[in-house]
Amino acid sequence: MIDFTMIWAVIIAFGVIMYVLMDGFDLGVGILYPFAPDEESRDVMMNSVAPVWDGNETWLVLGGAGLLGAFPLVYSVLLPALYLGVFLLLAGLIFRGVAFEFRFKASPAKKGWWSAAFAGGSTVAALAQGIVVGAYIQGFETENFAYVGGAFDWLTPFSVLTGIGLVLGYALLGSTWLIMKTEGPVQDWAYRLTPRLLGGVLGVFLIISFWTPLVDEFVRDRWFSNLFSIWLLPAGALACAWLILRSVRSRAEGLPFVATMGLFIFTYLGLLASKWPYVVPPDYTLYDAASARESQMFLLLGVLFVIPVVLAYTAWTYWVFRGKVRPGEGYH
Amino acid sequence: MEFDPLLISRIQFAFVVSFHAIFPVFTIGLASYIALLEGLHFKTGNPAWAQLSRFWTKVFAVAFGMGVVSGIVMSFQFGTNWSNFAQMSANFLGPILSYEVVTAFFLEAAFLGVLLFGRDKVPRGTHLFAAIMVALGTFISSFWILVANSWMHTPAGVEFQDGMLHVRSWAEAIFNPSFPYRFTHMAVASFLTGSFVVAGVSAWYLLKGHKVEANRKALSMCLWMILFLAPAQAVIGDFHGLNTLEYQPTKVAAMEGNWETQAGAPLLLFALPDKAAQENRFEFGIPKLASIILTHEADGVVPGLTEVAPEDQPPVSIVFWSFRIMVGIGFLMIAFGIWGLVLRLRGRLYEPGRFHRLLPLMIAAPFIAVLAGWFTTESGRAPWLVYGMINFSEGVTPSLTGWMAIVSLIGYMSVYAVVYASGGYYLWRLVKGGMADVEPGSTESGAHPKRPLSAGGPIGDTAPAAPIKGEWT
Repeated sequence: MIDFTMIWAVIIAFGVIMYVLMDGFDLGVGILYPFAPDEESRDVMMNSVAPVWDGNETWLVLGGAGLLGAFPLVYSVLLPALYLGVFLLLAGLIFRGVAFEFRFKASPAKKGWWSAAFAGGSTVAALAQGIVVGAYIQGFETENFAYVGGAFDWLTPFSVLTGIGLVLGYALLGSTWLIMKTEGPVQDWAYRLTPRLLGGVLGVFLIISFWTPLVDEFVRDRWFSNLFSIWLLPAGALACAWLILRSVRSRAEGLPFVATMGLFIFTYLGLLASKWPYVVPPDYTLYDAASARESQMFLLLGVLFVIPVVLAYTAWTYWVFRGKVRPGEGYH
Repeated sequence: MEFDPLLISRIQFAFVVSFHAIFPVFTIGLASYIALLEGLHFKTGNPAWAQLSRFWTKVFAVAFGMGVVSGIVMSFQFGTNWSNFAQMSANFLGPILSYEVVTAFFLEAAFLGVLLFGRDKVPRGTHLFAAIMVALGTFISSFWILVANSWMHTPAGVEFQDGMLHVRSWAEAIFNPSFPYRFTHMAVASFLTGSFVVAGVSAWYLLKGHKVEANRKALSMCLWMILFLAPAQAVIGDFHGLNTLEYQPTKVAAMEGNWETQAGAPLLLFALPDKAAQENRFEFGIPKLASIILTHEADGVVPGLTEVAPEDQPPVSIVFWSFRIMVGIGFLMIAFGIWGLVLRLRGRLYEPGRFHRLLPLMIAAPFIAVLAGWFTTESGRAPWLVYGMINFSEGVTPSLTGWMAIVSLIGYMSVYAVVYASGGYYLWRLVKGGMADVEPGSTESGAHPKRPLSAGGPIGDTAPAAPIKGEWT
């Protein structure tokens, strides 16, 4: 008998990392907005993500709907547990989403306001997502398949730190994206910024690595008892960090972004391996959280055909907008 | 002060979904219109089509952006405020909403990028293809979301097992009894909305003498649409009502303000339903007409609200009045369609007059009608989330407290106030700025290619050919 739950775990895990990588760089561009050299650079930065951000964010909606379809318990425990955090996330996404259209339509006096909305919205959304990661590591208080904890259980020093970590991480994705997609002053600026962001990411990464086994016994046992191969994942992440640094020094254009994606993927796999098979820690595994077999199968039939098509035309749109974005050159 | 999380959650859902709904209902119609304009330009090379297409694409970009961000909110509302409902109905709604994402949202998002920003980057045929894919995406999206919504009204193909609904027949659940009516009703509403917006703006431009050739074409097209679709919508709505009578008789009773089951029920034109007293405090109607409409017999029996206990009745006044607003606007739309035809037959369709001054005001009409229609059908389902299966109090998030709900409600209201006031303002400026020139025979943008442009381009910066009423700001 085919294990649909396992297949779905892989699909959802794939959807989440797709979201993190893709919306990560365009949120990152927003996070870096206040530090940009000038307004013209901000125009270039926004134009570099304008044609694709909407598609990137769709992976988040897929994450929401896919969880409801395949692992409803995750959806119906995490969202109530993170209630106010989810509101902040959505408010952030709303402001930065409309800023794409409004900023270019605003009068010069109001333009700064929408730049701020883009930056603030992106940062708040990234922070909220990072806090979700921290809250997930901490676990959720449940009874009888429902959340029974308080309104602010998700907000702890630990989760705020993971939030800051993700803000820095997305900013790193954003700066390496800009290295790849721009040239001249914007690119120079991004080259200078990248090592500093990388330093910040590694610093937070280190603190979290020491802190996590302290907040979570399960992770401690997993890391220090039987599973030695799990240590290959942080090793891979460090190798990627080294590659970013080296490729920035040699002023490579595409490699820093690719290596940053690698850094994210290794860290993400490390997180998954640490908590496996718990999707609503500390009580429920993915099998407890799964939807009915016939529902998983019905959705799988379509998704197996449709997702490759989605990936194909998404890749095509990236290809259409390939190459450098130049100052003063719009897409229109 | 104690707040009831259930009530606040209902208000919050009504609030966010109402704001969200006005954008898709407009963009579904407009996407098809843009695809049509792109197609006409591709085929004929007439720059008037390009001019229209380009202008409406800018409007589309703003409206679609607002629809997308408010839509993301929707996809999380089920979990944050209605987690028990989400859990219980996940086996059906989860796959349906996921199908919407993978078959529609990605399609819209990816090809929208090409439609808005790719005009100079892809061949013309490909650009047209992108416009068609965006339009197709909006339809596929409305298909799935109306499957989900219709199923909540007329659930089929499922049964309870261990506290969760399990799907026994996907075909019965997807093509549930009210789906064909609701889908058709909504699709036609989208086309009517798009038609009234385009017609209103075109009429206003004609009054100003702005881009006359293009706007005459647009006005004429839209008025043909309105002439046929507005009456068709009334017929579809009637069939939808008959379907509701069969599956949700209490809702129809509320729509008619009919408390006691009776033969030869009157059609009430005005009434003040009083739920506490279980009767209308004042009513005025046409004898027997409700029976004739609903049963096609003068003495047909119309079910009354008192067939169910007061706590199982919907909020009667809301359903009663929002239904009347929707129908009233529907007739107004039919009247405008006929008025347009009369002017056309007299050869005065393009002569600025009262009709052209009133049409811009009618832009608001379809939006109000759509919201009123949604209030009718959604409030009419109360107290059920899934009709006859899951009610509000079973569905609400158990850990949600009153103050949390009130914080998020005020939060969403504040965010939406800023975002939608700004969006409305930028749309208004976009319209006021007028249509940009397109050189005859050019395939590409008349806009300044040397400037950083968003999809829409800076308003008032694209050198309006005919200044409209002077100032922009």
